[in-house]
Amino acid sequence: MSAFLDALGRVPPLLAAHVLLSGCALLLGIAISVPLGIWSARNAHVARVSLGFASLVQTIPSLALLALFYPLLLSLSALVGGGIPALGFLPSLIALTLYALLPILRNAVAGLHGIDPAVLQAADAVGMTPAQKLRLVEAPLVAPVLVAGIRTAAVWTIGAATLSTTVGQPSLGDMIFAGLQTQNWALVLAGCVSAAALALAVDALIGAIERGVATRRRWLWMASAALLVVGALVATAPLWAHAARGRTVVVGAKNFSEQYILARLIGDRLERAGYDVEYRDGLGSAVVFGAVAGGDIDVYVDYAGTIWTNAMKRHDVPDRATMVAAIGTWTQKTSGVRLLGALGFENAYAFAMRGDDARRRGITTLDDLARASSGLTLGSDLEFLERPEWAAVERAYPLRFAKATPYSPTFMYRALESRKVDVISAFSSDGRIAADRLTVLADPRHAIPGYDAILLVAPKRAGDAKFVAALTPLIGRIPVEAMRAANYQVDRDADKQTPEAAALWLAGKIGL
Amino acid sequence: MQMPALSPALAFEGVSKRYGETIAVDDVSVAIAGGSFVALVGTSGSGKSTLLKTVNRLVEPTAGRVTIDGVDVATGPAPALRRRIGYVFQGTGLFPHMNVAENIAIGLRIAGRDEPDRVAELLDLVDLPQAVARRMPDALSGGQRQRVGIARALAPGAKLLLLDEAFGALDPVTRDALGTAIRGLHDRLGLTTILVTHDMAEALLLADRVLVMKAGRIVADATPAELVAGQGGADAQALVQVPRDQAARLAALQS
Repeated sequence: MSAFLDALGRVPPLLAAHVLLSGCALLLGIAISVPLGIWSARNAHVARVSLGFASLVQTIPSLALLALFYPLLLSLSALVGGGIPALGFLPSLIALTLYALLPILRNAVAGLHGIDPAVLQAADAVGMTPAQKLRLVEAPLVAPVLVAGIRTAAVWTIGAATLSTTVGQPSLGDMIFAGLQTQNWALVLAGCVSAAALALAVDALIGAIERGVATRRRWLWMASAALLVVGALVATAPLWAHAARGRTVVVGAKNFSEQYILARLIGDRLERAGYDVEYRDGLGSAVVFGAVAGGDIDVYVDYAGTIWTNAMKRHDVPDRATMVAAIGTWTQKTSGVRLLGALGFENAYAFAMRGDDARRRGITTLDDLARASSGLTLGSDLEFLERPEWAAVERAYPLRFAKATPYSPTFMYRALESRKVDVISAFSSDGRIAADRLTVLADPRHAIPGYDAILLVAPKRAGDAKFVAALTPLIGRIPVEAMRAANYQVDRDADKQTPEAAALWLAGKIGL
Repeated sequence: MQMPALSPALAFEGVSKRYGETIAVDDVSVAIAGGSFVALVGTSGSGKSTLLKTVNRLVEPTAGRVTIDGVDVATGPAPALRRRIGYVFQGTGLFPHMNVAENIAIGLRIAGRDEPDRVAELLDLVDLPQAVARRMPDALSGGQRQRVGIARALAPGAKLLLLDEAFGALDPVTRDALGTAIRGLHDRLGLTTILVTHDMAEALLLADRVLVMKAGRIVADATPAELVAGQGGADAQALVQVPRDQAARLAALQS
């Protein structure tokens, strides 16, 4: 219970961001779909196009819709010579606004079409101008249906806003994603309960507006609307207070425990150096480098091999030090991102099996695995099978698995343990390798590049001496054993620690 | 009540209306004297309602023109024209979100006129108690609703009244009472009234002049007396025959 209460402590700033985002998206959605709905009700061609488009948008999973705007805005920004943020508030706002269109548009059109034709004829016959007809007859008659549409859109938007975490916009989804990743169910629960409570409260208030409008009880809908506005202002208050402060830096993290821990470790040091620190957790691998290059985040930890293969599109595998140096030169030249140095440990992709199983089958290397692969099942993380590293491994070793199933990292270890899969794409710094007594298979053909953890700093912070000085002590300081132990504290099932606690432990362990 | 001296005179000059291949109104020319009560009678689809709507431009004719006191109705914006013409139709179309008083006053409101006593005056005129002023339309009977519709049509001081099957959905008793009331209003206010109906008996009993329409054309133009006397042509007589037969059958029942 106290874990849940602790988790609730993280709600206010995230709730504020969540309310601001969904509120803006809803208002923008209304501003677009109401005039569009009126036009559509008057013109069948416009209706076909607008409703068709809005329905099409609904068929795109909201997660994908959010992700789509990252490359879209990125190329748009490149087109106009930069300046358009591709991460965070803007893509989330656009995606959620598009999502809010359909219910409002559909209800506006249906409501306008549903007005008794005799009433519309009467409006014309008494001599109303089109504007008077809209204001005095159509608007009041369509209002209850329209408000019902807005109510649906509001609930959808609040729900979908939790997914904006993945494009770097803080929301209550931060708690859900981080909690799922670290199996911190109190955090997941607190995030879900907050999002649900917000949705229910907004639903109830807009429901009251709807009833007030439908039954022409002015006091009811005006009071509900006032309450809604006041609620939104109170909920977003932490944001206004926050905006008044300066010197805020943003630490980015991908979506797994090690990243959360390192982000907190970095954040602690920056806070001690006098910065205000914000975290953008759960960023996708594909967007996080773009985020630091664009200055949406100020610093984060990536892995040499990831940049090497994904961003630089290199297929050769040099030794670790050469690779890190080459990456530093490349990031500096292409985007101004400064590679501050390697932290000292590697988090490489590694194929792991249950220890007893590997011994029984006599598998110790990827060559052995290739020979036995046709009878084995591979469990991978969600992105591995799409990554160039997997392509490189497949080129080097003739792996033909009977079946390959992607899992979120936590469940991947569960699947191996429960014998659902025989081999997993593990991470070499993962604490569960030692804890679960897994065998890591050797890579004699050097197909998998080095994965040194490297500290990347946004161009605008590259010259900030205080910032760099605060982080430099981390370089070369974290041995893989310490990282594994810290990771395990967060990932294990019993006596789980928060990433904050693990970061504190790690700082002590490495003497910082 | 305002009492403008003259009741408007109306003229249709070669008016046609086509919907694609369908001809709803076919080259109609007829003049209607100011102050007359004219019934436009015909079966469903004869074009009588379409012809009526060309007067207040709810229908724009494909050819020809309509004039009121010699002025083409197409001159100037349609809303201004419609505010001078009372229009009552079968569905009535009372605004469901406005009470009776607001419905009656709507013509004044949209014209920016503020005449607070007008609603009470109109309620008296159509024989409705003052208490209905604050009721919503869905709390009225069909007859009451139609009376409110008439009050709404006359409130801005219209001298030209168009009745488009205005009594169509009412029970016979209410219908008869309302017909008589309308005729009384017509005489008292000096209106020019055109009544579109498919009921020849109603036309004969209320109007000064009956126009019979068939397939978009006016096929008979006669007074009720002439029609009852067997004049006006075969099409008109076919319609007159219906109430006449009914009357005969009723008489037979009595004996």
